[in-house]
Amino acid sequence: MRVTVIDYKAGNLTSVLKALRHLGAEVEVTDGDLAPVGLAERIVLPGVGHFAATQRLDVTGLTPAIRAAIERGVPFLGICVGMQWLYAGSSEAPSQPGLAHFPERCTRFSESHEKVPHVGWNSLEARSGSRLLAGVEPGEFVYFTHSYKAPVTADTAAVTHYIEPFASAVERGNVMGVQFHPEKSAATGLKILGNFLSWEEKGTE
Amino acid sequence: MITKRIIACLDVHGGRVVKGVQFVDLIDAGDPATQAARHAREGADEIVLLDITATHEGRQTLLETVRRTARELFVPFAVGGGIRTADDAAQVFEAGADKVSVNSAALADPTLIDAIGRSFGAQAVVVAIDARRDPRAADPVRDAQVFVQGGRKPAGRRVVEWAREAEARGAGEILLTSMDSDGMRTGFDCELTAAVSEAVGIPVIASGGAGTVDHFTDVFGRGKADAALAASIFHFGVSSARALKEELAKAGVSVRLPC
Repeated sequence: MRVTVIDYKAGNLTSVLKALRHLGAEVEVTDGDLAPVGLAERIVLPGVGHFAATQRLDVTGLTPAIRAAIERGVPFLGICVGMQWLYAGSSEAPSQPGLAHFPERCTRFSESHEKVPHVGWNSLEARSGSRLLAGVEPGEFVYFTHSYKAPVTADTAAVTHYIEPFASAVERGNVMGVQFHPEKSAATGLKILGNFLSWEEKGTE
Repeated sequence: MITKRIIACLDVHGGRVVKGVQFVDLIDAGDPATQAARHAREGADEIVLLDITATHEGRQTLLETVRRTARELFVPFAVGGGIRTADDAAQVFEAGADKVSVNSAALADPTLIDAIGRSFGAQAVVVAIDARRDPRAADPVRDAQVFVQGGRKPAGRRVVEWAREAEARGAGEILLTSMDSDGMRTGFDCELTAAVSEAVGIPVIASGGAGTVDHFTDVFGRGKADAALAASIFHFGVSSARALKEELAKAGVSVRLPC
């Protein structure tokens, strides 16, 4: 299957591309050319770094192109900042809007005695019925590195606890996001990426 | 619950994993790609590859080694040794590393931390600090001396103030090696580790001195470490990172299991 990976110059894509190829995907990368997004079969928006970097998606016209692809039913996966971009915005860069596919906003972890960023392996409590997280057993671990997070809502596909409960995965129809890095989360991460690659409309629910 | 990380460390020279004491009497210990994959399979939470070649000719060999090692590795992968410029770092990232570790070059020019963090994000920058307690200082632990060039030369910095500056410049993690404990197998320097861990808001990886499983329990408790480097895990009477973590779990340490 073909996957279109969006490069918005926020960090390093190598690991994501490597994991997708390892799973047999044919990967193409676009950093502003809208044509591949118009023909995309699946879209992955990775991202490590600052929420402000998503401004490049607006500048290049990728934002409306991705919105149109999502409306066509193209499966979409946002990773880390790529998941946060699905929300209305983030307090990391308050003036930069997100896609607002989900109406809430992302916020920094509350002040506490715990360290921020949240770095390391933490466990997932996956909602039953999540297709993205199918086969992920309670308590399986994935790798996180982030300081901002999305709130727990009806669209939350998995909850993780650090300082406070937050949405470690979100899923509504063909739109999915993960706060952790599946490409760095060993067998569990590859299983989740594999679920995304095999996601079909009216699929195997 | 966030877990404590066990990080497998591979010292690499000329494209091969080596083992030795204080970088002398090096013994060939295999292929980095094979060793890294085995550690990941056997439960290591992360892999660090430290290049001790540090020659100009060695750079291309290192990049090729990183490329081969990263190819089938799906856990976080950090690379250190000889990274002097943001461009060096960019090449290592392009080859497949998730993080770079900088040490002497960051002390010579601290803006290197800012530069790498700006391009690749704070999570991608590990600042490695080699420190030795200073018995003449008012606080021998917090004012431990920082060394460069593999511990041969004092950098003129104190451990806590340098760790804080590294954090302020955008380091994502601190890899702290106690030179007093390194190679001694008498345990991590828990006081030193705790002093740094309490002074910064970013994770601290403890290194140097591990000889038994109890030393790890100690550094995660008393030492307040977020992760620990296991340089030669088979010396601790366990067969793998998984076995080490099973022992830690029995002692009440939260670790990634099953793995």
